[in-house]
Amino acid sequence: MGKTIVEKILAKATGQASVKVGDVVEPAVDVAMSHENGALVINQFLDVYKGTGLKPNVWDPSKIAIIFDHRVPAESAKTATNQKKIREFVAAQGIEKFHDIRGDEGGICHQILPENGYIRPGNIVVGTDSHTTSHGALGAFSFGIGATEMASVWTLGTVLNVEVPGTIKVVVNGELPKLVSPKDIILHLIGKLSAQGANFKVIEFHGDTIRKMSTSGRLTLCNMSVEAGATSGIVPPDSETERYLREEAGVKDKLDMIVPDGDAKYEQVIEIDASKLAPQIACPHTVDNVKSVDKIGEVKVNQIVIGSCTNGRIDDIEIAATILKGRKVAQDTRMLIFPASWKIYKEAMAKGYLLDLINAGATIMNPGCGCCLGVHQGALGDKEVSLSTTNRNFKGRQGNPNADVYLCSPAVAAASAITGIISDPRKGVN
Amino acid sequence: MKTKVVLKLGDDISTDAIYPGRFMATVLPTETPQYAFIDYKEFNTKLISKQIPANSVIVADNNFGCGSSREQAASTLKGWELIIVAKNYARIFLQNSCNLGLRTIICPIIEAKENDELEIKVTEIINLTSGKKFAIEPLPKARQDIIDAGGLIAYTRKKLLEKATVH
Ligand code: SF4
Repeated sequence: MGKTIVEKILAKATGQASVKVGDVVEPAVDVAMSHENGALVINQFLDVYKGTGLKPNVWDPSKIAIIFDHRVPAESAKTATNQKKIREFVAAQGIEKFHDIRGDEGGICHQILPENGYIRPGNIVVGTDSHTTSHGALGAFSFGIGATEMASVWTLGTVLNVEVPGTIKVVVNGELPKLVSPKDIILHLIGKLSAQGANFKVIEFHGDTIRKMSTSGRLTLCNMSVEAGATSGIVPPDSETERYLREEAGVKDKLDMIVPDGDAKYEQVIEIDASKLAPQIACPHTVDNVKSVDKIGEVKVNQIVIGSCTNGRIDDIEIAATILKGRKVAQDTRMLIFPASWKIYKEAMAKGYLLDLINAGATIMNPGCGCCLGVHQGALGDKEVSLSTTNRNFKGRQGNPNADVYLCSPAVAAASAITGIISDPRKGVN
Repeated sequence: MKTKVVLKLGDDISTDAIYPGRFMATVLPTETPQYAFIDYKEFNTKLISKQIPANSVIVADNNFGCGSSREQAASTLKGWELIIVAKNYARIFLQNSCNLGLRTIICPIIEAKENDELEIKVTEIINLTSGKKFAIEPLPKARQDIIDAGGLIAYTRKKLLEKATVH
């Protein structure tokens, strides 16, 4: 019987010839990522060592990544103190993959990890962040865990008691119509599966649309797989994976391109014809409340957000700049752009995209999570509406439980910025 | 154990609903309970004014705890020693709860309203108000091991000491 990609990766990570769905395993971790919630991980980590007489040293400082992104620069004294505590811990333990609030190294964790070549195909990646699913885009088995579980990983270098998950195969074929993007594929899929349709399962992406898709698009798909409840999204590595790692991430060492067997056993197979897709919108207050843009009616928008680990990359900013160049953001709409990393920021600056967006009336923010999780940098007023390329629209998500958040692709966000109402970018904007 | 339903919720209750992102700079389990369900004003007020006794039950439908991995969502409920009875859970929330010792019961067919009296047994829940019985689905063994060890900190400590003696 053939094996899914996750069964193969978990077999390798546990040194077993093979594992099957339902087995309980203890895989060795290649990358363990945290952000500001590292402050809680540190507490729990020290707690593990309490009374043992052993010196609390992390298992491998070269495999731990800590990236400041959720509240940068710090919005409160409390956050600043957490960040300070983490910096001191990083220095004391010699943690290598640390990215501080700096223009030469900073950004959102799920962008920093791939961009710096920290993720390889076949890796086991865990992060104290649910969108750790993103890194499946490079063929890793990558999933979110809580802070206490991370403390356990820092101690032992393994994840305890992991159940080998079943896999849903999603096959996407056909050419995406103009101005329809990977974001529309994943929103459509979440609408189809529901917010719990993939709970405790992995989504494996196949088909020629995926094969032709850039790593940026694959990151968008895997990133939002968790919105259908998936433990992870994963794209079997191929020549695009290799190109990205070599050319963009500067990886030089040998790659272990683990791919699923042709006769692997899947729990469900879902087929999507990309050529038939229209731009999709997730309506308040759940991500699976998905409609195509022409079914939305007239929704006035107060704030447009382009950014986040889902859609804050160079191709996302490029499409927004292309649509907005020489135009204006509607007078009573505000538009915020958060490049996902400073590397992307600098590229967008060099290519003139940022200037085009500024001239149109957009505000360029510093890279980081920004208003995505509702802490700072763009809260909504009561009864206001946000249209956002981020990944969650739960009540209160962008800082105000009395506001509405709609989710969309960068093209929809840019077209809607001009009209001030949710608009279909394919209709052209006059 | 006999207890009472203090809150009835529907599907897809996210960690943003249980513990909004705007309080994420607060991490200590001693400080997180004050923000439990803070956007559900009435319920939060009852918690803060200590009107809700330990072991009271929140009943929810499917996919309780979806969304973010924030552990505060589990520690904030653990802080009040609440018991969660849901049809099913999102993975990370369920794992966090087992790790921290928040009692989460899987009851795929539970029917209960606010103020119903429940009797929680090992394999079933009896709704004493309606007289109906509902089977409990056991937690997967992988998670039960962690609970039996007294939570993930204790479980990890045990493994750490085993490792230390081997080397
Ligand atoms: S951008 Fe939003 S979804 Fe992504 S890591 Fe930051 S807070 Fe989470």
